[in-house]
Amino acid sequence: MAALKAKHQRLVLVIIALVALLGAGLLAAWALRNQASYFYVPSAMLGDPPAIGQAVRLGGMVQAGSLETAPDGVTIRFLVGDGAARVPVQFSGIVPDLFVEGSGVVAEGALRPDGTFLATNLLAKHDENYMPRELQDMSPSEARETVAETQE
Amino acid sequence: MHFYANPARFLGIARRLTLPLLIGGLVLAGAALAWGLLVVPPDRLMGETVRVLFVHVPAAWLGMGGWMTIAIASLAELVWRHPLAALAARAAAVPGATFAAICLATGSIWGRPTWGTWWVWDGRLTSMLVLLFLYLGYIALAGAIARDGASSRILAIYGLVGAINVPIINRSVVWWNSLHQPPSITLGQSAIDGVFLAPLLVATIGFSLLFGGVVLARMRALLAEAQAEARLRRRAAAPATEWG
Repeated sequence: MAALKAKHQRLVLVIIALVALLGAGLLAAWALRNQASYFYVPSAMLGDPPAIGQAVRLGGMVQAGSLETAPDGVTIRFLVGDGAARVPVQFSGIVPDLFVEGSGVVAEGALRPDGTFLATNLLAKHDENYMPRELQDMSPSEARETVAETQE
Repeated sequence: MHFYANPARFLGIARRLTLPLLIGGLVLAGAALAWGLLVVPPDRLMGETVRVLFVHVPAAWLGMGGWMTIAIASLAELVWRHPLAALAARAAAVPGATFAAICLATGSIWGRPTWGTWWVWDGRLTSMLVLLFLYLGYIALAGAIARDGASSRILAIYGLVGAINVPIINRSVVWWNSLHQPPSITLGQSAIDGVFLAPLLVATIGFSLLFGGVVLARMRALLAEAQAEARLRRRAAAPATEWG
């Protein structure tokens, strides 16, 4: 009986310790929710703008139809949006392969006084969808049919 | 639960399971990798780099699974004083660390062509790196305890406390804006097309079997080491008692 009690006592102690630990971890994660974010989204950047010239990151979707190349050939301008707000971005240099209109991007740089975000580096953000090339223009149901046909 | 606590009984089962697990794991993982590398079509955006997925994702899952093994075994050791639990926790550390390192390395190789960078300090990448460091700390602590013959309870507490990082890794892409994409596979649904998902799941099963086989083999080695040491100690002590 004594052994059983000791065992239960240990179990209760460990559970209490784990709950306290989990609480502490969650609180820490909650406190970090703004600081640990890798980038600003456009609505956050416009709502609570960082200081002019301060190095920050801006992340969002490259708006379709907004991408234009300057006459010098290496400078590009585009709009980054999150559905609620848009920020114009300017960048000079080589863009990653996955950087296209309509896909996600993270731009490193700083806000200029005129409201343009001057990027020093662009990172392409991949979304969670993985799809073969042949299926990308099809609707999900068409894609399923095609897959079913090839498997027969 | 204590049915398998008898080391002799455990060894009998482990001896029969180790080789089938290792061979099955090698065959399944090898087949899945050949399938993923040679048969699967390129991704619409990533192209050929999508093939990293079949190593990276199982390695990430098993890196986290390895620590969960340590945490559960540590709980069994602390609460029920299960004699094999400490052994299981210690045996899972090196394969777990290996998978975490493979996950970080393949992720970096995938990130360069996909994102345009080898490494960023976003929530997912940083918490995964912390997991690797936790493993290295655990392995060092286990080595020190084995050398000095200290109580392994501190190691079990470390294993339990470190488990807090696993849900943080899992949720990091949901809680914080990160460069790493949000989860593709959630309960019951997947944003990964079937042609990629099937080899991914086979590779995961294969790597899991390998992980199980390695853990069993290491547990057997640790048991044999302890037995050899006990025998040496007895032999060293025996003459002293005869003369005493």
